[in-house]
Amino acid sequence: MTDFLLAMAGLILFTVAVGLARLLGGPGDADRMMAAQLIGTGGIASLLLIAAATGARGVEDVALGLALLAAFASVAFVNSAAPAEAPDSDAADGR
Amino acid sequence: MSVLQALDIGLALLVFAVAAWTIFAPGAFSATVGYVVYGLLLSLVWIRLFAVDVALTEAAIGSGVTGVLLIGAAARLREAKTAGDEKSLSGLPRLLIAGLCTLVALALAAVALLFPDQGPSLAPQSMRRLPETGLGNPVTAVLIAYRAFDTMLEKVVLVLAVVGVWSLAADRYWGGAPGEARLARPEPTLAFLAQVLAPLGVLVGIHIFWVGADEPGGAFQGGAILAAMWMIAMMARLTEAPRTSAFWLRLALVAGPLVFLIAGVAGAIFAGSFFAYPPGFAKPVILFIETFMVLSIAVALPMLVAGPPRREPPR
Amino acid sequence: MSLVIDLFGVAAIGAGVFFFVAGAAGLLRFPDALSRLHALTKADNLGLGLIVLGLLPRSTSPLAALKLIAIWALVLLAGATTAQLVGRAVRRKGSAA
Repeated sequence: MTDFLLAMAGLILFTVAVGLARLLGGPGDADRMMAAQLIGTGGIASLLLIAAATGARGVEDVALGLALLAAFASVAFVNSAAPAEAPDSDAADGR
Repeated sequence: MSVLQALDIGLALLVFAVAAWTIFAPGAFSATVGYVVYGLLLSLVWIRLFAVDVALTEAAIGSGVTGVLLIGAAARLREAKTAGDEKSLSGLPRLLIAGLCTLVALALAAVALLFPDQGPSLAPQSMRRLPETGLGNPVTAVLIAYRAFDTMLEKVVLVLAVVGVWSLAADRYWGGAPGEARLARPEPTLAFLAQVLAPLGVLVGIHIFWVGADEPGGAFQGGAILAAMWMIAMMARLTEAPRTSAFWLRLALVAGPLVFLIAGVAGAIFAGSFFAYPPGFAKPVILFIETFMVLSIAVALPMLVAGPPRREPPR
Repeated sequence: MSLVIDLFGVAAIGAGVFFFVAGAAGLLRFPDALSRLHALTKADNLGLGLIVLGLLPRSTSPLAALKLIAIWALVLLAGATTAQLVGRAVRRKGSAA
């Protein structure tokens, strides 16, 4: 079972690596903003699997922190690449 | 090769690849994204090294807060850029820097790999004396009990850093507020996220601080998460950075190192030597000190990221 | 009993990893940023949810299990909202954003 968990964690990391290769090189900033989200979710998944396999303690707290900080980093990226405008300027979009 | 070894090697290669991309990334924004990804991956490495406290700190400060700091700096550089400023390092200096960095990295790797299995370490002794401190987490014991003076000086360095950042303001802005003003009607999606995330994050941050006495966690990590939540609210323009001349702000900034110092001096009076804790009473004192440390960190980090004041103080 | 837990874990975690891989495939193959965003958010959130489900019976205490669910809920919330923000950024700056 331990080996299975570790193998799954490895698979997820490989997936994250492939996704990162696509996003970090991708045209435009939107792709790069998504990289933080990808590593956040994939990192948490691998983290939980590795912790379940190797028996590290207190890892749920790290995962909670990772979730919050990945969200924090994503918000900062979006804010920097496309600064928020007042809602009035959205009126033309109709939604 | 076992699955675990393959996983470790894969993780290490991924970290290398992301680091290499960050160095060669086109532009500050991309490089910062790469840096944040690198930091989050590094916290996975720390988990594999069974250093859970360090993993939390890496994710919180090394990756999260520093990443946002770099993003803010990159944005400000974009604003301030004038034509003809584009003069990046090239040729021989770059090669020299790369060579020196590689040399240092190889030296560190050699030291780590050639380390004898039973290297010199005070870990067994520190674990033996752990019950006297009343703590269950040896990392917290090292930070606040065994080398408390060092940790206090680190908090002083934080305060000095904030003062340094504030001193970058133009004279007329001194005492004013950094960052952007809050909006009467902030963007709804961002406001929603901030309003839901911030209270949860505050809860998680306080939990991680409090649980750090016995489980992985601690004041630094909890304070960083609290700081991140305040920064989310500021980024959503729900609230604005306070004026740098505000008394409560300055008090909160120095409260951590101040309480720490007072506890150290009180140790000299009540427990026999500077920074000694009274036996049997160590844990409450430690938690008391840590509470004010969390406050200082949670206030100092957003102030560092917000930058120097950019709006004039009211007369 | 532990065999049942193991089998359940294998099934759920396997399904979760499948969704992660599907999300990565979407990232590679979808033509524009918005559809890539869709693949990323939906597949990864579902993948993480299934993995959390698979790990729930193995958690060391009820509090740890609760934290696992809280992690997933947090990622769901933050991921969905961030996807909205990124989508808005793409729409504002044009598809080459």
